[in-house]
Amino acid sequence: MILSDLQLALPEIFVAAMACVVLVADLFITEQRRGLTHTLALLTLVFAAIITLRVMVPVGDSVLAFSETFVRDRFGDIIKLFAYLVLAGVFVYAKHFLRVAGLFKGEFYSLSLFALLGVMIMVSAANLVTVYLGLELLALSSYALVAIDRDSASGSEAAMKYFILGSLASGILLYGMSLVYGATGTLQLGEISQALAGGMSDNLMLSFGLAFMVVGIAFKLGAVPFHMWLPDVYQGAPAAVTLLISSLPKLGYLALAIRLLADGMGNMHADWQAMLAVLAALSLILGNVVAIAQSNIKRMLAYSTISHVGFILLGILAASPAGYASAMFYTIVYAMMSAGAFAVMILLSGNGIEAENLDDFKGLAKRSPWYALMMLMIMFSLAGIPVFVGFFAKWQVIAAAIQAGFVGLAVLAVITAVIGAFYYLRVVKLMYFDEPESTAPVTAPIDFRAVLSVNGLAMLGLGIFSGGLIGVCVRAFG
Amino acid sequence: MLTLAHFLTLGAILFSIGVAGIFLNRKNIIILLMSIELLLLAVNMNFVAFSRFLDNMDGQVFVFFILTVAAAEAAIGLAILVVLFRNRETINVEDIEELKG
Repeated sequence: MILSDLQLALPEIFVAAMACVVLVADLFITEQRRGLTHTLALLTLVFAAIITLRVMVPVGDSVLAFSETFVRDRFGDIIKLFAYLVLAGVFVYAKHFLRVAGLFKGEFYSLSLFALLGVMIMVSAANLVTVYLGLELLALSSYALVAIDRDSASGSEAAMKYFILGSLASGILLYGMSLVYGATGTLQLGEISQALAGGMSDNLMLSFGLAFMVVGIAFKLGAVPFHMWLPDVYQGAPAAVTLLISSLPKLGYLALAIRLLADGMGNMHADWQAMLAVLAALSLILGNVVAIAQSNIKRMLAYSTISHVGFILLGILAASPAGYASAMFYTIVYAMMSAGAFAVMILLSGNGIEAENLDDFKGLAKRSPWYALMMLMIMFSLAGIPVFVGFFAKWQVIAAAIQAGFVGLAVLAVITAVIGAFYYLRVVKLMYFDEPESTAPVTAPIDFRAVLSVNGLAMLGLGIFSGGLIGVCVRAFG
Repeated sequence: MLTLAHFLTLGAILFSIGVAGIFLNRKNIIILLMSIELLLLAVNMNFVAFSRFLDNMDGQVFVFFILTVAAAEAAIGLAILVVLFRNRETINVEDIEELKG
């Protein structure tokens, strides 16, 4: 029994061990050969994917381990595989930036792997303790990563804001958990669900606990009105770290929401649907409208994140397998789009100066037609223009919301998506119709260029063949 | 006789003081760190009280985990505080306002 428990958690154990190995091995690797750390971290992700694929649980089945604190199911496995993929892309993109900015240190890799481990634990959590530990591992690694540039005043300020509000969010979430524990007498998500099915959903303490948990999740996701940390952190962190925290943790927070709200409190869905509806509506409106006013591309993408969080919440609040699948599809696609957008920003940065302003994108089509095309595909996908994968993601989410009876919210989502298209298309306009401000050639290492090209083309490819990935997500909840 | 309600009220008061400390404090970042500790301790109070009155050990085990994580969190928070002070030479909350828009 113990052996099979260990086997089920093998991907987590492997990533934990390798994060420590990377941390120690880096001490013996000289500055010039730092590439070895990078290779080791990438190999870790490849082998983690192989290990995860070897012991996949059959569709529709879920296996509990470690005294019912840990769960393996199809949803978790798929999210983990995409987390490896996204992190591998982030590593390749970040290497170029870190080298140029003089931040090419082993800590980036070990902290990122620990953040990945946090996501994996959260994704596989079947108990409130496991949820909390995964969440904190991810959060603590992210705080340290934001402050990785020790001499940057804005970086340390962003880290402080992230730390204070992130810890507040954890505290609120925990307070909610304590009330739910008090009402149901158990920490196990399955047992909480059973206790609720026994008809205690009008319990005042439970309602309070649920409200606190929803606020905690909203804080972590960056949903309005709990979004104030997000633009500051995106702007202050080094571009490579912004790239990381805008993609990988979103997968974990999606799992956090689904594990707590769907698996644990599924029988109170009428209560949390109303709360998520308010959060989603506010996020969609504020995210898209405020993004228009930004001249800093990192802040613009931060507000764009907030609006996408609104879409993800729209999928979750449908409270049906189709809704969760659409939210999962949206999050996976969003993580890829966001990584690609920040990668192009890194590409334009040089000599330690980040291409933070929208003006830096002027005339990119003349300087480098290929990268301009990649950015165009990513922006079209973010805006949700048909044929690109972002359109299908929005479509799935809106369809699920309409099925669940949230027609007004669906209409609002469409209207705000149209408003949002403005600032994505503005980037395209700057790239194609404005004169370049600098004529410096756009250069990057071969691996960076290859991954960025795949990332950009995937927006089109996944869009044309969107049925495959959607099918995978639907089966995850089948 | 102390009932569950007494402990929950104490927990709620501690929690409120913690949240108020984060939002009302305009002077010193160290007070923010103390407020965060208070939040977590308020949660611990809740867990221990529930655990005692439900006669279920799970809550007390959770408290050990929260205490451990809170220690790690304080370490990271203080480390970030040191970095911030080196760069800015201030830990006044009102001076930490470069990023906005």
